[in-house]
Amino acid sequence: MKHKTKSLEHIIHGIFLILGLITVGCVLLISVYLILSGLPAILEVGIADFLFGSSWEPSAAEPEYGILPFILTSIYGTAGAIIIGVPIGFLTAVYLAKMAPKKVKAVIQQAVSMLAGIPSVVYGLVGMIVLVPGIRKLFGIPDGSGLLAAIIVLAIMILPSIIKMSVTALEAVPKEFEDASLALGATPEETYFRVSVPAAKSGIAASVVLGVGRAIGEAMAVMMVAGNVPNMPDSIFQSVRFLTTAVASEMAYSVPGSLHRNALFSIALVLFLFIMLINATLNFFLKGDRTK
Amino acid sequence: MNHAIITVNDLNLWYGQSQALKHITMEIPEKSITALIGPSGCGKSTFLKTLNRMNDLIPTVKITGEVRYGGENIFESEVNALRKEVGMVFQKPNPFPMSIYDNIAYGPRTHGIKSKAKLDEIVERSLRDAAIWDEVKDRLKKNAIGLSGGQQQRLCIARALAVEPKVLLMDEPTSALDPISTSRIEELAMELKEKYTIVIVTHNMQQAVRISDFTAFFLLGELVEFGETEEMFSQPKDQRTEDYITGRFG
Repeated sequence: MKHKTKSLEHIIHGIFLILGLITVGCVLLISVYLILSGLPAILEVGIADFLFGSSWEPSAAEPEYGILPFILTSIYGTAGAIIIGVPIGFLTAVYLAKMAPKKVKAVIQQAVSMLAGIPSVVYGLVGMIVLVPGIRKLFGIPDGSGLLAAIIVLAIMILPSIIKMSVTALEAVPKEFEDASLALGATPEETYFRVSVPAAKSGIAASVVLGVGRAIGEAMAVMMVAGNVPNMPDSIFQSVRFLTTAVASEMAYSVPGSLHRNALFSIALVLFLFIMLINATLNFFLKGDRTK
Repeated sequence: MNHAIITVNDLNLWYGQSQALKHITMEIPEKSITALIGPSGCGKSTFLKTLNRMNDLIPTVKITGEVRYGGENIFESEVNALRKEVGMVFQKPNPFPMSIYDNIAYGPRTHGIKSKAKLDEIVERSLRDAAIWDEVKDRLKKNAIGLSGGQQQRLCIARALAVEPKVLLMDEPTSALDPISTSRIEELAMELKEKYTIVIVTHNMQQAVRISDFTAFFLLGELVEFGETEEMFSQPKDQRTEDYITGRFG
């Protein structure tokens, strides 16, 4: 009997292990595949020319494969989204976690959850119909689609990640810290910003990194509002193409096996490396939280 | 009996429907230690927290009666100013997760002191007053979370002293500590009463006998007896007090 339960446990354990390994296997498969299919074009073009070339013209008579415009666009777009989104998200989180009356909090949290659930194509659509014409009229430029529109859409898209994770971190701050501060004669607001926020700083930092990851990986919404022309992003109104949108929009018409197609894989590899870097940063912040 | 620094007059307190404090009237003498004793749930901690209005933070609390400090009813005065005067040390040591220096400087900074020299001076004085200076003077920039429980509690006392309160409320400050740390805190309390008025909640009757000048015995939200500690423990006036201090219940 005892022997039987033991072997059953072994089997169950084995099944769970296999299920867990499926995920690991997928990650490994994607990593290996991306590296194998991304490297040839990089080697053929030359790593410096590929990463730092400022001209992307795969269908010209003398094709050029410089992806610097995409890299910079992705970095600027993400940075812009962070600059706009983080202050809004952070202050909203402090309000929700510490100050908001229960009913207001419930309504706003519902809204934040819904914001998180809206498909990115809908963000893109609303951006196209509302934001792009709005920017065109406001600034009096011929076309409103471009970097600025993409930044605004991304800033809104990263709000839920930042708000939710920051609220969780702020709510986890032990009440004893806040009581100690209040008992010293600090006002509630002073207490939130000088005790609660510093105590939750690794969680808040992690939420920002999560937002960065979301912004840099977004394809559909930015494709619809960024203009999607491979220009260098030298103005916030410039029509631009992101790393993600370069892959998404050109995959369909590049010839399989061509250098063009392989270069798209290389772009995906670069994007993948960015995301890996962001994940490592995220783990660093979360680990810092645990050791405390 | 010393001059009263806090005067409590017919204080009642409710948590929602249940009354936690009933008609409390007492005077807390200045520059002495007053111990609040009684079984769990008797209202002694609630009473303590009323004195610096920490109960205000609980939404369902209702209070009637008055507590006078410095000639003013504290429920009508400005709460942050009151808490600066009437400091608090909690049951569980709760240093902020920041450096020892920043823990002590937190209060003074909150009240507008920016000068580095002034803050340095306050930090040293407070840590000396709390008898922990020698142990931490070489690691002021280290995180306070790394200190032992007893050191953390003395740090919390130093943090409370840094805003120069007149009264120090202590809510079972030694219940989470080992005997050696406990006796250090007790010694400290006895030194501090030269300069400060201390009100301490304790479960430990020996502690009340050892350190307090006055004792208040609470039972079921009522103040049963209040008087000099020596007298109360040798000749309690109320039968319930006698039953409690001789260990018949509680």
